[in-house]
Amino acid sequence: MNIQEKLSPQVKQIPPSGIRKFFDLVVATKGVISLGVGEPDFVTPWHVRESSIHSLEQGMTSYTSNSGLLELREEICRYMDETFALKYSPNNEIMVTVGASEAIDIALRTIASQGDEVLIVEPCYVSYGPCATLAGATPVSVPTYQKDDFKLMPEVLESKITPKSKAIIMCFPNNPTGGVMEEEDLKKIADIIKKHDLLVISDEVYAELTYGKKHASIANIEGMKDRTILISGLSKSFAMTGWRIGFAMAHPEIIAAMLKIHQYTILCAPIMGQIAALEALRNGKCEMDKMIEQYDQRRKLIVKGFQEIGLSCHIPKGAFYAFPNIEATGYEDHQFAEELLKETKVAVVPGSVFGQGGKGFIRCSYATSYSQITEALERIGEFVLPLIDKNKNEQAI
Amino acid sequence: MTELQLKVLQLLKENSKITAKEIASMLDQEVEAIEQLIQDMEADGTIVKYTAIVNWEKVASEQVIAMIDVKVAPKRGQGFDALAERIYRFPEVQSVYLMSGSYDLSVVVEGNNLKQLAEFVSARLSPLEDVVSTTTHFILKKYKENGVILNDKEKDQRLVVSP
Repeated sequence: MNIQEKLSPQVKQIPPSGIRKFFDLVVATKGVISLGVGEPDFVTPWHVRESSIHSLEQGMTSYTSNSGLLELREEICRYMDETFALKYSPNNEIMVTVGASEAIDIALRTIASQGDEVLIVEPCYVSYGPCATLAGATPVSVPTYQKDDFKLMPEVLESKITPKSKAIIMCFPNNPTGGVMEEEDLKKIADIIKKHDLLVISDEVYAELTYGKKHASIANIEGMKDRTILISGLSKSFAMTGWRIGFAMAHPEIIAAMLKIHQYTILCAPIMGQIAALEALRNGKCEMDKMIEQYDQRRKLIVKGFQEIGLSCHIPKGAFYAFPNIEATGYEDHQFAEELLKETKVAVVPGSVFGQGGKGFIRCSYATSYSQITEALERIGEFVLPLIDKNKNEQAI
Repeated sequence: MTELQLKVLQLLKENSKITAKEIASMLDQEVEAIEQLIQDMEADGTIVKYTAIVNWEKVASEQVIAMIDVKVAPKRGQGFDALAERIYRFPEVQSVYLMSGSYDLSVVVEGNNLKQLAEFVSARLSPLEDVVSTTTHFILKKYKENGVILNDKEKDQRLVVSP
């Protein structure tokens, strides 16, 4: 039997994750300082963990409703209104998912189908393109650039729209660039989206992690709420990655349609995670603020470090990633990351893993202790300085 | 106290080995300004000392620590301060706190062995004029000190690379 013939064409069509490939290489190296981790280095606050333990002691181990505990949906709606002035009904405009990742998958499967194009703002989280492909649609890359602070520019978006375009998926604050979109930027994008009658999947999982200006959501721009599937979760903001609690907020008819896929596949998010999420949203703000302050301090440390080394690095205004440009070294990003790992035992993620727009960059997470960041910067500096000199000399010749 | 001073103090409290250059980068300040600010806080006694938190259980040490509740008869015009000073001058005394509640002073004493501490209590502390009574509690095990869990079992469980 030829197993390959039995696999679905869609699955065969999608490449394995570039991160996975690099992960194997890093795992094989001992004593690595990793700047490649895309999750907080804080453990979930104790009171959140304790609330889940307590619920287990009370025997809360059952299914919940498909769309999640009503109490949790109410709490999320209150939180989103209070924090970002986003108003949704807990009854029919929200569903709780297994992480924001599930929400992305089912949102794409709900709205996209064969023949549709889905515009993907790159660089971006690794799953958008493959999930669009699995939904039968064609992913179309919409690049963002360092010169624009990795914001989505209206003219770039407009140039990629065709009659087949169905939706756009974007993530701001962005993983991997740390780029953010301010309200003024979003208004221009919203005009184009309305003009071409597109839907938006807006992944706002890093919304709390902004430095300076408060996060602006595209769902808050006039006329956009009904067109937007807003996706978020507690993984990044409350250091709850392993609990897998995300959510989607959208028009009741879209949520009802997404719920169909969810109920036939996942059924519901685990109750222990939902209980923990409830406690985090009610009483976790103070812990979250402390984490954000630390991320901010580390952000400044790492960006200054890269600039001193001679790698140009835009100032990330959100999330917890720095995205330095490594073109001055003469290496392409995969080669750079592999050599850096081999020579200095520092792991960073090649930017092109996140799409074409990431070519020539590396993603460095600063969700790690400042002493690790300092040590990593020293090692990167020793590795990079001779390369930059060599590259300069070669170019001079 | 400015917000900047507070932030510098918090960073130093977290790790007194952090350099002025690192603090400057983290708080978006000039290195010289941070150096000056630290020097000033050292000079005016805001920063008293830089020390390490040691988990003595990892060291073969016979060290004994006791917390002694001391009831005293306060003197007119001097309150508790004069007696507290007499007590905190003893080198084996690590801390002295004035407490509310059923006793007045909490005295933390460190010694090399039980006998040494017993001698301190019976020969030096109890006979002091104005000391009414003492109750000695020996520390059997330390779990957390100065906000640090000493034998923290929580390790970084994250994968080395993740999306």
